[in-house]
Amino acid sequence: MTPVNAGIAGRNALLARKLVIIAGMMACFGFLLVPFYRQICEATGISQSRITAQTASGQSDLARTVTVEFVASSSALGWTFEALDPIVQVHPGQSTTVHYRVVNTTGRRVVAQAVPSYAPALAASHFKKLKCFCFDRQTFAPGESRDMAVVFVVEPDLPADIARISLSYTFFDVTQEAGGAA
Amino acid sequence: MEATQGHAHDDHHDHAPQGFGHYFTTTNHKDIGSLYLWFSMIMFFVGGFMALVIRAELFQPGIQIVNPDVFNQLTTIHALVMIFGAVMPGFVGFANWQIPLMVGASDMAFARMNNWSFWLMPPAAILLVGSFLVPGGAAGSGWTLYPPLSVQGGMSVDMTILAVHIMGASSIMGSINIITTILNMRAPGMTLMRMPMFVWTWLITAYLLIAVMPVLAGAVTMLLTDRHFGTHFFNAAGGGDPTMFMHIFWFFGHPEVYIMILPAFGIISHIIPTFARKPLFGYASMVYATASIALLSFIVWGHHMFTVGMPAAGNLFFMYATMLIAVPTGVKVFNWIATMWKGSMTFETPMLFAVGFVSLFTIGGFSGLVCAITPVDITIHNTYYVVAHFHYVLFSGAIYSIMGGAYFWLPKWTGHMYDEKLGKVHFWLTTIFFNLTFFPQHFLGLAGMPRRIPDYAPQFTEFNQISSIGAFGLGISQLLFLYVVIKCIRGGVKAPAKPWEGAEGLEWTVPSPAPYHTFETPPSFH
Repeated sequence: MTPVNAGIAGRNALLARKLVIIAGMMACFGFLLVPFYRQICEATGISQSRITAQTASGQSDLARTVTVEFVASSSALGWTFEALDPIVQVHPGQSTTVHYRVVNTTGRRVVAQAVPSYAPALAASHFKKLKCFCFDRQTFAPGESRDMAVVFVVEPDLPADIARISLSYTFFDVTQEAGGAA
Repeated sequence: MEATQGHAHDDHHDHAPQGFGHYFTTTNHKDIGSLYLWFSMIMFFVGGFMALVIRAELFQPGIQIVNPDVFNQLTTIHALVMIFGAVMPGFVGFANWQIPLMVGASDMAFARMNNWSFWLMPPAAILLVGSFLVPGGAAGSGWTLYPPLSVQGGMSVDMTILAVHIMGASSIMGSINIITTILNMRAPGMTLMRMPMFVWTWLITAYLLIAVMPVLAGAVTMLLTDRHFGTHFFNAAGGGDPTMFMHIFWFFGHPEVYIMILPAFGIISHIIPTFARKPLFGYASMVYATASIALLSFIVWGHHMFTVGMPAAGNLFFMYATMLIAVPTGVKVFNWIATMWKGSMTFETPMLFAVGFVSLFTIGGFSGLVCAITPVDITIHNTYYVVAHFHYVLFSGAIYSIMGGAYFWLPKWTGHMYDEKLGKVHFWLTTIFFNLTFFPQHFLGLAGMPRRIPDYAPQFTEFNQISSIGAFGLGISQLLFLYVVIKCIRGGVKAPAKPWEGAEGLEWTVPSPAPYHTFETPPSFH
């Protein structure tokens, strides 16, 4: 071994300590990106899953018609999930109700959570849901069939170039996470 | 060729331990450099074997050799093995061998941690490659480990996550060692702006590693807790968002691609001046260009995800920021060409690889610019065009520089000249088969063939067959490289201290092979 120069060894250890701190700070930064992105997406309206209407305010724009398509997919659940009113024509500002139907064909009790997603994404911030089965977890008994409502308003300030909005719901099985809660 | 026989060191004090056992406990930077390089070589062949199975499956449409699950596993593990097993350890091997020799230090700053950095790698590789043997097979989510596939996969995903953790720890320790060695242990008189280019590029690379490997570790830790501990970072059922993983992953992922190319720039910046017999053109601009590329790499991650539905303003920002990187990269390419301009060039094997690097890496750079254009990328995203692009920058970029660098410094490492004729044959076979393999993939991608799919439409057959034939030629040609390296280690013409007439730098002032201990008293650097 080289005869160790105490000065060098000390300076090396100091620099190493600083570099370890940088690495630790970057690890924290990685986790901080999660709340950071949530805030950004909520502030800019990119986030689609938490949008709820305050009030259905303003006038209906009867001169304009928007086509809204409803899509259903149930991930890996393998049960029946369908939109009963797959395509509706609405006027912006007008409150509309559509229904979805679930038939639990799995033969077991299922707790499920529906997650919405919009196309185009820009429409999400102008699409206000007053009532939705996606607000809560839904529990289905084996073989149960249930019709569930979505009450929504397309706001009049929807950009003029959007004539068609697709709203897709995906049901996820959260029975495991729900644990014993009914 | 003029040669100076070095005699600065007395061999009586040079006790190199014998036998393989000492490699487990060695703290010598040269031993550890060799370990990294051999590890890289082995993983290169392991990953290459997986690539050949992929190409064999793609030789004709339909499913012939592997089922789609195994195909996905092969593409995933091929990428992880090549990135974390072949390219990165290859460059760390060069760093261990060359940085102390180039800056005139007796060893790395933390010699024992250096041993630990290396010996973390084989267990990680075993976890990664061994995951093929567990029920359900290896991770098949693609190397980017996107949820939901990586949240749903079997225990092999956990093994992959653990392997990434271990390799990340190894990289961070290695980087701390490299930065400390470079900043604190340079020979007197070697100011920062007089350091060899390879040392500069590794200094910047090591900072990139320290900045982004912890972010990757965080991302895969979140995957792990989503899988097993009920968190919902990326799990949509609990309000999480898979797109967030892509944002966090690519915050690591884009600097990572520069981690794999900046040391290559360093190696090429040594080979070209040596064989053009002129000093590197624009040294200071090379340093600033490298630093600019590193800084820009942090603000372009969105160009990997133009199709996820970012707002147009976001897409535009990432498009312009990405194109901006072409400026410092262009500075480097033009500097290399200016270095060769009116030089007394000879084309020994390292120079062939360096010139091949400049030509082919530039093709990869241009196809990268094409991919950077958002509306174009939306049509070529996830097609073979992207596969062609990143193999042009990674194979004819990173791998060419590793091979060129190996030929360049083999005389210093082994004390023997390699077989020049076989080296040249290796270069030409590699270059011909490389282009045969990857050039047609541009056409396949533009025609719409998606990547990561084991089957394809019949009209893609001819180009795929050309590509598969090229791939087998490319793979088999690399056995020649292995042969040349082993032959050079076992014997050959005795190499002088400075085997290349135009070479500059402290590493050429010690005898060949470099004695086990060098620069125990710092050399003077003028």
